Amino acid sequence: MVIDDLIAIAEQERAARKKYVIRCCLAAGCMSSNSKGVKEALDVAVKEAGLENDVEVRGVGCMKLCCQGPLVQIDGDGQGATVRIEGNPQGPLYQRVTPEDAASLVATLKGGKTNVQRGDPAQPFFTNQVSIVLANSGIVDPERIESYIAADGYQALHDVLREMTPKDVVEAMIKSGLRGRGGAGYPTGLKWATVAKTPGNQKYVICNADEGDPGAFMDRSVLESDPHSVLEGMAIGAYAVGANQGFIYVRAEYPLAISRLQNAIKQAKQKELLGSGVFESPFNFNIDVRIGAGAFVCGEETALMSSVEGKRGSPRPRPPFPAERGLWSSPTLINNVETFANVPPIFRKGPEWFAGIGTEKSKGTKVFALAGRITNTGLLEVPMGTTLREIVEKMGGGAPDGRKIKAVQTGGPSGGCIPAEALDTPVDYDSLVKLGSIMGSGGMIVMDDTSRMVDVARFFMEFCMDESCGKCIPCRAGTVQMYHLLNKILEGKATPRDLEQLESLCDLVKNTSLCGLGQTAPNPVLSTLRFFRKEYTDLLKEDVYAGPKTDDPGQTNGGPKPEALLPVT
Amino acid sequence: MAAKTLIINGKHVSAEENATILEAATEAGISIPTLCHLDGVYDAGACRLCLVEVAGISKLLPACTTKVAEGMDVSTDTERLRKYRRMTLELLFAERNHVCAVCVSNNHCELQTLAYSQGMEHVRFEYRFPKWEVDNTHALFGMDHNRCILCTRCVRVCWHIEGAGTKNESGRGAKERIITDLNQPWGASDTCTNCGKCVMACPTGALFYKGSTVSEMERDRSKLEFIVTAREKKQWIASE
Repeated sequence: MVIDDLIAIAEQERAARKKYVIRCCLAAGCMSSNSKGVKEALDVAVKEAGLENDVEVRGVGCMKLCCQGPLVQIDGDGQGATVRIEGNPQGPLYQRVTPEDAASLVATLKGGKTNVQRGDPAQPFFTNQVSIVLANSGIVDPERIESYIAADGYQALHDVLREMTPKDVVEAMIKSGLRGRGGAGYPTGLKWATVAKTPGNQKYVICNADEGDPGAFMDRSVLESDPHSVLEGMAIGAYAVGANQGFIYVRAEYPLAISRLQNAIKQAKQKELLGSGVFESPFNFNIDVRIGAGAFVCGEETALMSSVEGKRGSPRPRPPFPAERGLWSSPTLINNVETFANVPPIFRKGPEWFAGIGTEKSKGTKVFALAGRITNTGLLEVPMGTTLREIVEKMGGGAPDGRKIKAVQTGGPSGGCIPAEALDTPVDYDSLVKLGSIMGSGGMIVMDDTSRMVDVARFFMEFCMDESCGKCIPCRAGTVQMYHLLNKILEGKATPRDLEQLESLCDLVKNTSLCGLGQTAPNPVLSTLRFFRKEYTDLLKEDVYAGPKTDDPGQTNGGPKPEALLPVT
Repeated sequence: MAAKTLIINGKHVSAEENATILEAATEAGISIPTLCHLDGVYDAGACRLCLVEVAGISKLLPACTTKVAEGMDVSTDTERLRKYRRMTLELLFAERNHVCAVCVSNNHCELQTLAYSQGMEHVRFEYRFPKWEVDNTHALFGMDHNRCILCTRCVRVCWHIEGAGTKNESGRGAKERIITDLNQPWGASDTCTNCGKCVMACPTGALFYKGSTVSEMERDRSKLEFIVTAREKKQWIASE
């Protein structure tokens, strides 16, 4: 494979484009409402109408407005594969399509009419999006590498391998200002530089696709919709740090993402875009898929590496960080799916272009999975610094049934609840931390005034308790006690002292746990206590042993001290 | 090998380059409470009792896995650390069944000793009282999961000193437990070499030698009679 071959494939693919492209969403969300049946019915309808030469029915990745699926969109001339549609889908959009609708949809191409529900591509949900990571999502066919190549795919890899030194690549990453999209927001360029500078004959690149936060489906959508962008990003990273082997760690609950990845890797190998001597350079790189076995903690990088090595997925203390001692004790670059998917566009359009989007300290865009009590459930990508209000009220359409939004939960079990009063906060790494939450990987769960915040805290605590690996005591035993106390509060059996004990447990688990799971497990409790304390105190009953308070919170649980039993005067 | 100088609790201490804070402190006569650490076996950093404060670092660091650095200013016994240690111990006591008075390891238990030394008078958390089994299928040893604190010392000695790989962890969170092979009864294990290293390593009464403890102990009185009889009948003198 040389650049001319790549260009030839792209041109051939563009030339083969038919007059109409009917794009049918084949990502997991729409698939669950039978979009596969819709696609098959469309294929049949096109054949029956005798339009095979004019119409291509293309299975594509996520078309973003998941709640209205299955989604189908029809592009006319000059659109689709050859033209990048920047967050502004063109052509009529149809929603909640059934296989029975296929014939009438195809008939519209011949001037016919259809009763299928029309979606509005001009609504803010679509028009306010800025697509970098999702640029190809819903446009290219994720099962065909040619479709990705026609959208300028693998050109960035070529340019990097043939025109840049690894040092240049790292510098460009630093200049872009990209920060890790897995949640913590560590500067990606700095991480790449550390791995590149660590000596070692064998280095690895790992893509963390163990997305486990409840309500989050960004990484799944990227893998299902545009797997090649992740592969290309990993290859560029591998070149920058000097690695020759990559692993993608995907959770087993994402069978479609796994099969599309495996298919994409196979195609990239066939086209010699992975393997030995990529683009006839000395660069060798292979990628293997590793499938998780259902443990949330394996999203933590040290536990993930332990799992890739075939061991029990439990975390170990850092330092040493993976950049220094990672997989099989070799220097390892580990980034999230979305981080890698950002890499090819950065090299295609330049780090300056990327650094021009977003806020001063958070560059680029962020993909969010909007879920919960919200009108428009789905996937959206917005520039960093967009306010929460714009995301949930304008783009998300607010809470359904005319209810009021009460809080937005970001960051999954590691994050916190942001109250409606703070909706004007710009979404960037630092502002969310100030509110006691985190950016997280991008799950955004909206709650309306029917949600009870203590219930929300208990839900996440139960999740952390079940998912604690059991290695360190504070997380293993502390989450059990916290869950128990939250239950006690919800049952109306708790006293103010139980609440004090809950708070001191939060402090302990946050500060003494071994890994990120435990260190952030108290966040949902802490943030709901911060903004909705009254909901907790309203559930408390009076302390029957109103004896002398000790300095030590929660001292009474071992039984009241004798003097406390005396009647209060 | 270069030496490093650091400060522990205000005292200047020198340590070998690759030493951990725990090693440096121990050498200097400063004791840091530990539970999952065992001399001679690699560390897990799991029990969080040896957490120390290092000036300039906001996170608490485990002394057993953190290497010393030049000029490091370590505090091992602050009010905050004492509070965390006591709470962590209480969490352990509430987690399973740790009733010293009826335990085979009473007075020989690291958990008990630690609780005394950290001033843990009582447990403020509600006892969970889970019902775990006791595996008494092995001819020489027994395992009482109710007294296990999941320090994984037994797993580590089994894999890295004996090399048998019999002991493993299974499940996660509060449901985690130590298993034998692929969760078989200990007595049915093909890989166990009966070396007893796991029992030597156990800090509590979870792993124990059979026949030597409390109600199990059998006294061999017939031996006395045998000796007397043999002496009287001169059975030990070789016949001519």
